[in-house]
Amino acid sequence: MTETTNNNQIKIKTPILHQLGILPVLVGLILIFWILEPKFGSFNNMMNIFRATSINIVIATGMTVILLTGGIDLSVGSIVALTGVVALKVSLTPYAGFAIPVALLVGVLIGTINGMLVAYVKLPPFIASLGAMTYLRGFAFILAGGVSVINSDLNFAWIGNDYLGPIPYLTIIALLLVIIFSFVLKKTVFGMRIYTVGGNPQAARYTGIKVPLILLSAYIISGVCSAIAGVMISSRLYSANGLLGEGYELDAIASAIIGGTSFTGGKGTVIGTLFGALIIGILNNGLTIMGVSYFWQQVVRGIVIILAVILDIIRNRIQSK
Amino acid sequence: MDVADTAIMEIIDVTKIYPGVKALKNVSFAIQKGEIHAVVGENGAGKSTLMKILSGIETQTSGKIRMNGELRVFHDVKQGIELGINLISQELNIVPELSVYENIFIGSELNTKGFLKRKEMIESSKILLKRLGAPIDVHTQANRLSVAEQQQVEIARALRYEGKVLIMDEPTASLSETETENLFDVIRKLKDQGMTTIFISHRLPEVMQIADAVTVLRDGAYIGTMYGDQIDEQKIVKWMVGRELSDYYHHKVVTDLSNEEYFKVVNVGDGKKVRDVSFFAKKGELLCLAGLVGSGRTEFCNLVFGVAPRISGNVFLNGSEIVPDPSLAIKSGVGYVPEDRKSQGLFLELSCSMNITTNIIDSDRISRHGIVNLGKIKEISEQSVKEHKIHTPNIQRQVIFLSGGNQQKVLLARWLETKPSLLILDEPTRGIDVGAKSEIYELMGELVSNGVTVLMISSDLPEIIGMAQRILVMREGQIVTELVDKKDFSQEKIMAYASGIIPPDYMYKG
Repeated sequence: MTETTNNNQIKIKTPILHQLGILPVLVGLILIFWILEPKFGSFNNMMNIFRATSINIVIATGMTVILLTGGIDLSVGSIVALTGVVALKVSLTPYAGFAIPVALLVGVLIGTINGMLVAYVKLPPFIASLGAMTYLRGFAFILAGGVSVINSDLNFAWIGNDYLGPIPYLTIIALLLVIIFSFVLKKTVFGMRIYTVGGNPQAARYTGIKVPLILLSAYIISGVCSAIAGVMISSRLYSANGLLGEGYELDAIASAIIGGTSFTGGKGTVIGTLFGALIIGILNNGLTIMGVSYFWQQVVRGIVIILAVILDIIRNRIQSK
Repeated sequence: MDVADTAIMEIIDVTKIYPGVKALKNVSFAIQKGEIHAVVGENGAGKSTLMKILSGIETQTSGKIRMNGELRVFHDVKQGIELGINLISQELNIVPELSVYENIFIGSELNTKGFLKRKEMIESSKILLKRLGAPIDVHTQANRLSVAEQQQVEIARALRYEGKVLIMDEPTASLSETETENLFDVIRKLKDQGMTTIFISHRLPEVMQIADAVTVLRDGAYIGTMYGDQIDEQKIVKWMVGRELSDYYHHKVVTDLSNEEYFKVVNVGDGKKVRDVSFFAKKGELLCLAGLVGSGRTEFCNLVFGVAPRISGNVFLNGSEIVPDPSLAIKSGVGYVPEDRKSQGLFLELSCSMNITTNIIDSDRISRHGIVNLGKIKEISEQSVKEHKIHTPNIQRQVIFLSGGNQQKVLLARWLETKPSLLILDEPTRGIDVGAKSEIYELMGELVSNGVTVLMISSDLPEIIGMAQRILVMREGQIVTELVDKKDFSQEKIMAYASGIIPPDYMYKG
């Protein structure tokens, strides 16, 4: 009974190029930098890259979920600032133990407001989150009193500064989130719903999917991810202020797009986003080690984003033939 | 000799090869000056490709095209337009935010050194629309127009260059009966003014009605052309499918229906387009809902399924009430294949397997505690693809790459997986070819013989007459009559009720 008699079944075969996604570019970049600058390949430097990228990975993971629904969240950087300040403020009170839960709760709350506006009031996601981006940063400044909130005896400082064996906790948290959301998107009903809602919201409604609920959940996920990032960064710095996380939304969006997530929804993976974030991280690190000026780094990063998307278009064309 | 004298376009040995596909194979035929020439064939027969080549959007791989006896090589659309050839494609090229006259002059705005001459454009637009007999104000914003009016704007655009040939790809696909009549009047009017019209249609009765010549393509090859009195519907179908199809409709029916009112609708309305609709259907019955486009048929189905808010009324299936909420309606056994498969039905960018299983991924056939078994998805969708003869290289293929007929089969397959007791089909065969149509009819027969009640909406009257066991006709949001007796099933009778020529005589109150 070991033979299969039914061999005329349709075989699943996706081109290898498509399965690998952006990975070859990531590997290529590592090799190039390694050859040009042997220091780049050291274990310590690799860990540096991973740790420096971990906060972006966390934010970009939430962003990917939102982009998959066809939305966008511009407020992530401001959520980082506000939740960072909140965590620091609470850590200075007798209830320091609640610093992290309160910060995460604020993330949930902001995500809920953003999600409600998008899902029920039907504001365009760009507008809803643009508003949030601005007023949340305002709140962050107000709460911090316009200065940096500092706690040199921070109770959760281990998150940003300690290691599990040789690996920083920051990195572990980032990878853990990537693994969790990979699983959620690939293997759960909720994950499939995200793709269907992003693929065609109207059709999703006609199949009985509660579209607003799925959208709301996506924004809450992004809110929580950003709050986690806020905790991570403030813990690393022992401080927080209203300027924290400025421009992070653009890095997160760029990571997802480089990783193959579509801007119109329904297409993309968290693993792709991880690779996208690492590409950005490696570029930053490699170019700095090689002594390239910050201005040129910006030029290179911009070009890489565009090249990555062009590569994606070419890949799709090949696949469609 | 005489061909060259009267032919406006001669297609000589034209072949078009796309990577991996031969879309046209050595096609040769002539189009005479001033005639209305229909091109028919199943999906994938090469009609649209030929139209694109004739209008200069695509260039043939080999072969020649002669216009007025002269050899023509088109490199772009502009050249074609300047020669008087205009293509109106299926998806209308209208900019919704611009006004009618701006739309008419898109791409060829009248100007002096880049400054627009609005007055002249407005004046010529008025004249052009008058020639068509279209009562449209040239200042209206295009998105306020109906599809039919937008089409007239496109035709007017075609006339601005003193066009000689008008090519239309399925112009009637989204038009109602009256709008189609209007369009045909326009085409006839243009014919009198010397215009040659080439058009693609899937609706053979229309072709019979208006065409002077009919050319049939099959699998990219030219099969033949019929003229005038020789045009014969049965023969066209035979040429299209390559076999005799004496009757499209030999599906199974349940003859011994029980008397129980299995599916029952009482006074359903939305306060706008649907008013007090009441009727019933028996288990395993094939009930058809006829009516003009805009008579409230689709809106009614949306109320049953709960995608639009129901203001009044109740719906019962097998004794229990259906709550107007899509997810609950599905749970109580309702399936709904909506009218517009691309925008309301399919997830075009997602795979066949995702599309087929999306309605059941939360059931225990596929998932436990919210976690999906990918193996099961593969198993179920492969089974389904095989069972419904969906032509796709693999189940991972994005449905956007499938033909219309296969897309529709994917959508049907999705709903069949939910094992519905009532399946609502809104225009299930619109825009798909004869072969796929008859497969869908057969499938409907299978369903009813398994005890599923099928409620079908269609604007295709022969289809309604061929499929229905009983017909309800809707007009202005109300059911106006019920046709029970097969001998009452006629297009004339349905149209008479649907258009209000015969007053309503529907009695059932639930």
